[in-house]
Amino acid sequence: MRRGLLRALKTRPGRLLAAPYIVWMALFTVIPLLLVVWFSFTTPEGGFSFDNFSQLLGYGAYFGRSFWLAALSTVICLVIGYPLAYAMSRETGAMRNTAMLLLMLPMWINMLLRTYAWMSILENRGLLNQLLSFLRLPTLHIINTPAAVAVGMVYNYLPFMVLPILTVIQKIDKSVVEAAQDLGGNQLTVFKRVVLPLSLPGVLSGITMVFVPGVSTFIISQTLGGGNSKMLGELIEMQFLGGTYNPYLGSAISLVMMVIVLISMAVMNRFGEGEEEVMVL
Amino acid sequence: MKRSRVPGRILQILVAVFLYAPILVLIVFSFNSDRSRVNFKGFTLDWYRKLFENDQVLSALSLTLILAFLSALIATVIGTVSAIGFYNMKKRPRKLLLGLNNIPVVNPDIITGVSLMLVFVLCVNFLNTLGAGFSLGFGTLLIAHVTFNIPFVILSVLPKLRQLNKNTYEAALDLGASPIRAYRKVILPEILPGVVSGAIIAFTMSIDDFLISYFTTGPSAQTLPMRIYAMTRKRISPEINALSTLMFVTVLALLIIINILQTRDQKRKERRL
Repeated sequence: MRRGLLRALKTRPGRLLAAPYIVWMALFTVIPLLLVVWFSFTTPEGGFSFDNFSQLLGYGAYFGRSFWLAALSTVICLVIGYPLAYAMSRETGAMRNTAMLLLMLPMWINMLLRTYAWMSILENRGLLNQLLSFLRLPTLHIINTPAAVAVGMVYNYLPFMVLPILTVIQKIDKSVVEAAQDLGGNQLTVFKRVVLPLSLPGVLSGITMVFVPGVSTFIISQTLGGGNSKMLGELIEMQFLGGTYNPYLGSAISLVMMVIVLISMAVMNRFGEGEEEVMVL
Repeated sequence: MKRSRVPGRILQILVAVFLYAPILVLIVFSFNSDRSRVNFKGFTLDWYRKLFENDQVLSALSLTLILAFLSALIATVIGTVSAIGFYNMKKRPRKLLLGLNNIPVVNPDIITGVSLMLVFVLCVNFLNTLGAGFSLGFGTLLIAHVTFNIPFVILSVLPKLRQLNKNTYEAALDLGASPIRAYRKVILPEILPGVVSGAIIAFTMSIDDFLISYFTTGPSAQTLPMRIYAMTRKRISPEINALSTLMFVTVLALLIIINILQTRDQKRKERRL
């Protein structure tokens, strides 16, 4: 009894330690998001309306392109990233350390620079086409097309797919794999029935980490996509800082994008069925 | 059972080529005597000289470092203290607050950026009607960076708190330590690795951020990524290549040093066993 009281006395002040941050979150996380909601139902003249949302219908192409390109890049990252993570997990010692270092190093270079670098490769008279014509192959027109945006996204986000998958595969208990082998499973069966299901949480978190920044990017589409493959990120940026200043419409676009992203994440997490969150680093 | 590792190796090499080709291009063209981004004419160090004479870039660099240091420091203090607070809470409020804490992590950066911008613009406009001369700048930038940094500190400190043995804290209390002293002497050393890695993540996130800064600052406070953005908008400016090369070499050197230290640490531990 006395002990319980003592503990209560000692833990209650502990709880209060979070108070300043709760105020901070209210001011700089909750209120800003509420403002986005508020603005999206308001006209520049002030007053409640659905105008911003009916205007959104005219921007369907932006939504379609953003979600399609982000989904495409996510699939490409998964198709390359999963086998890569698997191959890396089978390396040992110095080889694995080197592979990890090589994978992480580009992530530390600013994304603007990484994307900029692709311009000189993909340009019409760029390095890729110089190489192709040197090999007497037909040249490609990639820059300022959605394909260039997809290349940029895969390049920027591939490590975000590989790392969570690698983390999960490395944590798989070796004895589980050996048991499956002892029970007569061949390599394919062991992979399909043991490794793949156990690595699913990593796959899900990889998909999230590629899809969410991909769908909302404006750097990659602006740098590599030209005027014809504008995405939602650019549209939002134009409403807040660009020529067509209209934060009301911009808020509505942001709100719809956020809701669609949240719904897709929720649907995906149902597949994960309460798996523990996978953390990178 | 051991199938050949060849396909895996080939894949790793192909991806390495894909990842490093653009970086190699940047480095090579930083020594190009021509302004062109696609034709190499000859060797020069001019772009490096021009970069070091570029006051805008240098002041942006120092602003970025100061901002990253301050925001990481503030976020680490608030984050560690709040993580202890969360840890002491009952399950339901803790879950709710951790959900709120996760918002800046899962939300697209651009939405964090524009939502903060709305608040800052409204506040600044309101304060200015009262006659103050505020504008978006370093202050709002710092608030924004602290806001997106704290969640990462909390997420790296909380797991360490969960691993704690509660009895050691109570033993310290039973031996007559005050709660504050017990925290400092017993709990803090245990969670320190989490605090340090949280601080490092916060620092690098802050250095690397472009999107949120872009929406929450004014002309008076330009970070290095924003300078880079302005340079890439001009299409051709080989100084960018020089800058990227220098950043790449710095990061490479840092990672190699960390790697060496870690291997040495591992070996020392193995020897002790």
